[in-house]
Amino acid sequence: MRREEIKVCVMRVGGTNCDAETKRAFQELGVQAEVLHVNELVKQGNLLDYNVLVFPGGFSFGDYVRSGVIFARSLSVKLGKEIDTFVDEGRPILGICNGFQILVEYGLLPGFEGTSAYPEATLTTNVPQGFKCQWIRLKNENKGKCAFTSKIPAGKVLRMPIAHGEGRFLFPVEKEQQMLQKLVDNDMMVFRYCDENGNVADGKYPTNPNGAFHDIAGICNREGTIFGLMPHPERAMYWWQQPDWTRQKQMAQYGDGKLVFESLIDHLTKKI
Amino acid sequence: MNPGIYVRGKTAFKMYEVALSEASEAQLSEVSRKLGLGLSVQEMQAARAYFKSEGRNATDVELQTISQTWSEHCCHKTFKGKIRVGNKEINSLFKTYIAKATREINPPWCFSVFEDNAGIVKFDKGYGIAAKVETHNHPSAVEPFGGAATGVGGVIRDVLGVWADPIACTDVLGFGPLDYDYSKLPAGVKHPKYVYMGVTAGISAYGNNMGIPTVNGAIYFDDSYTGNVTVYCGCIGLLPLNKFQRNAKPNHVLLLAGGKTGRDGIHGVTFASAELTEESEEVSRPAVQIADPIEEEKLKRGIIEVRDRELASAITDLGGGGLSSAVGETAEKFGCGATVALDKVPLKYQGLAPWELYISESQERMLLAVPPENLDSVMEVFEREDVEATAIGTLTAERRLHLEYLGETVADLDMKFLFDTCESTKTAVIETPRLTEPTFAQPENLSETLMQLLSAPNIASKERVVRTYDHEVKGNTTLKPLQGKYAGPNDAVVLKPLDNSWKGLALSCGMNPNYGKIDAYWMAASAIDEAVRNNLAVGGRRIALLDNFTWGNPEKPERLGSLVSACEACYDVATAFRTPFISGKDSLYNESPLGPVTPTLLITAVGIVPDIRSTVSMDLKASGNLLYLLGETYPELGGSEYYRLKGFIGKSVPKLHATKARRTYYNLTKAMGEGIIKSCHDLSEGGLAVAAAEMAFAGGHGLELDLRPVPNKLVKRNDFLLFSESNSRFLIEVAEQDRSEFEDLIRSKACAPIGKVTKDENLRIHGLDGKVVVDAGLAELRRSWKKTLSMEAQGE
Repeated sequence: MRREEIKVCVMRVGGTNCDAETKRAFQELGVQAEVLHVNELVKQGNLLDYNVLVFPGGFSFGDYVRSGVIFARSLSVKLGKEIDTFVDEGRPILGICNGFQILVEYGLLPGFEGTSAYPEATLTTNVPQGFKCQWIRLKNENKGKCAFTSKIPAGKVLRMPIAHGEGRFLFPVEKEQQMLQKLVDNDMMVFRYCDENGNVADGKYPTNPNGAFHDIAGICNREGTIFGLMPHPERAMYWWQQPDWTRQKQMAQYGDGKLVFESLIDHLTKKI
Repeated sequence: MNPGIYVRGKTAFKMYEVALSEASEAQLSEVSRKLGLGLSVQEMQAARAYFKSEGRNATDVELQTISQTWSEHCCHKTFKGKIRVGNKEINSLFKTYIAKATREINPPWCFSVFEDNAGIVKFDKGYGIAAKVETHNHPSAVEPFGGAATGVGGVIRDVLGVWADPIACTDVLGFGPLDYDYSKLPAGVKHPKYVYMGVTAGISAYGNNMGIPTVNGAIYFDDSYTGNVTVYCGCIGLLPLNKFQRNAKPNHVLLLAGGKTGRDGIHGVTFASAELTEESEEVSRPAVQIADPIEEEKLKRGIIEVRDRELASAITDLGGGGLSSAVGETAEKFGCGATVALDKVPLKYQGLAPWELYISESQERMLLAVPPENLDSVMEVFEREDVEATAIGTLTAERRLHLEYLGETVADLDMKFLFDTCESTKTAVIETPRLTEPTFAQPENLSETLMQLLSAPNIASKERVVRTYDHEVKGNTTLKPLQGKYAGPNDAVVLKPLDNSWKGLALSCGMNPNYGKIDAYWMAASAIDEAVRNNLAVGGRRIALLDNFTWGNPEKPERLGSLVSACEACYDVATAFRTPFISGKDSLYNESPLGPVTPTLLITAVGIVPDIRSTVSMDLKASGNLLYLLGETYPELGGSEYYRLKGFIGKSVPKLHATKARRTYYNLTKAMGEGIIKSCHDLSEGGLAVAAAEMAFAGGHGLELDLRPVPNKLVKRNDFLLFSESNSRFLIEVAEQDRSEFEDLIRSKACAPIGKVTKDENLRIHGLDGKVVVDAGLAELRRSWKKTLSMEAQGE
């Protein structure tokens, strides 16, 4: 598939609010991207016209109950069939921040045995509690399966901002070691919170900003086609979005967030 | 009381009539009080005369409509009325000082000022920037979370009300001391800590959920805010100027879009125009609205599409006064009347009387005027966003406000009477408080004093709060509120609003409440200077100002006197700086059982950065660079944080030499344009020493400074030189090789190199006798600065 043929659907609903900058990031890299309200997609029935589905950040339906759950449930009712086809055909799905929460609530992530009927993990209230907007560092721990990190060397440290109040990734306590093992064994672990030198946080605040189990910031499914992460790659796209650009003599044109989008496009353009 | 003057209307629904024409003066007051109208006897007399001439009773809907329209909050009686000061009469503070400054400066880049919900200046590529700042003090005092959240929601709607897409929020807050003694708290006043937690949470909840970055702000602590919490919420919007529609005509449909209407927010404006008392909690709880940011987010999407497709002819938000203000003001603005069927208004629950739903301030509602042929298209747009929209009436050629409920007329008022009657004459007295300059010995250990100042609540890092605001959403915040690894306090934020332009927007603010206790004129002048300074420090220019007054009861002549002084300063300084006011708002009657609020003027500055690539941050960049002090230091410590630390107020409030300052600012901007300024930080609370410490620990570089070369106007003590808060000063980092170019550009005697950036992580300052007076490690300074309000400091 040629780059300019790739069509990205950035899906929104009431409370989605990072759609414009997410679309901009894709467009910057020369692919087609559109923001579509879920009502519009239901009416047109055209979700399958797109090659990539993105759930951007925000507070879908206000997130007054578990973050992402209302959107996930209503989506499975409204567009469940199309989503199933999307997944079965291996079309990539990306969830950023609230989007990650939605993918977990939908059962698409971690998706050890395919889409699960009930969430297998959760993204819950930060420890220490409260919303936090801050640049953090991530270590790429994926060994090559994840389509969204295909161009990022294993072990590379990336910098992106987080902005969330509920980003603490947890498995059910009684199964957490077993599930972690599965995650690692199937190369579903993607990003972990780490320090400047690439040492993972080991649960220590503020390097791990939310108390996430095993410093997990982003994971993918078994096939590596569905990816969710709490940090915002679309806010780390350009040099002028970096927190310390006024200190640098020379800045690279792009920030680390670009690697996520670029990896995906690379993955798709290599597919026949 | 004569029960005979209240007559139950002959309607199937609940409505009362009041036989005003027969009422005595005492009865007029009684009616005003009983119905919660907040009208004075003179105003009630005007209403009586009107209904006498109409030859009928007044309905409760009509009286409530009059009350809302004539309230301080809606018609700004104090700012627009007459004021007598001694032998002088001021006909409108607003016209005489604020608007006059803008008219005289008359910059070609002002697109719309003071006319609508928000001021608009031109930006780039056909876009304009809309700006508005509001106060939400009274509601935040009663219900901190809801009051602050709806403050944010309200100001965002003001920006939507000029067809602008909100791109950033600002907030400036004033609280009582967090360690306030519980036993001294009067009944009905909430503890500052509770208010602080609630207000900051409310602001973060609304902005974050709507996806609008909260980028600029400040938090002040002062005793006088204990009973009168001060909450300023601002919003900046972006609009294509050719889509700015303002041409409603008779027959256009009045469309109410957004949330449903309930009993929340009844009498918000009359509440905002009265003093807080012990009963405020009980009486005024319904005056605080309930926030639903997601509703407003959806509403925003719909409005932006209606704007882009040019489907509507006018728009306004429903804020203070609810429908009564929105309908009345829209009709008035376009020289129309209006007919509205109140029963069409979608309700949260049944049982609201017509007057209640007409003045309810339920949130997340906007009123649009739509040409009938576009109505279906507009309805479709809102439907797609899951937003309820209802045609509730039309604009009419006849200049009357006609309200119906279930087919019966419930109000029928002459527009001219409604809008032209409101006026007042108040008396002001300008008093100088009797204050003295304290005498005390210079402390032996000034390093210790500097640490104490860095920990003072008004100076200490606000990181803990700032990080709970999403300041990065939309991905356009290029200079963040917190700078770099150590989260240093940038003077302003810079946004890059347009994808196809390098032009930036610098947002900053200035406020000096402590100076207001000494002299309102210099307080206001200092606030303007600080806002402008902060903006210039990051590279802002072509600055527009917003003025927001929080004052005590203007019926008290000395309170009004200080307001007059502050307005005079606004005119003097704005014209000297050539920085026009584009929008403003006043919140008066901020009084509680603990007394009045300290006179507080917030100035918000909106500047343009011609190219964001030349933005300057406040953190020191490299060792070996020179540090210049620009601006003169006077022995001006009255109202300073240093005096506060020592337990004094003092008298020597910082003055402003505006004409001189403007020349300096012009040259500073030129040097910025040449790209030779490595870092720049304005001197404000805590003076030279605090600013130098902040630059050092934010950049991770040390400083070796000398007080002897400081441009000094008769300051003889090291502590005064270190901590004086004289206006119009900056610390500027310049590389050695750019020295002569910088000095040529600045061309000022009041600019001197006072030291160098060093490799060792220390701040060392030599005093007037050459001896070291401050010597402290950066980590220690940083810890002092962070510990007061941060829970993370312990872990550092």
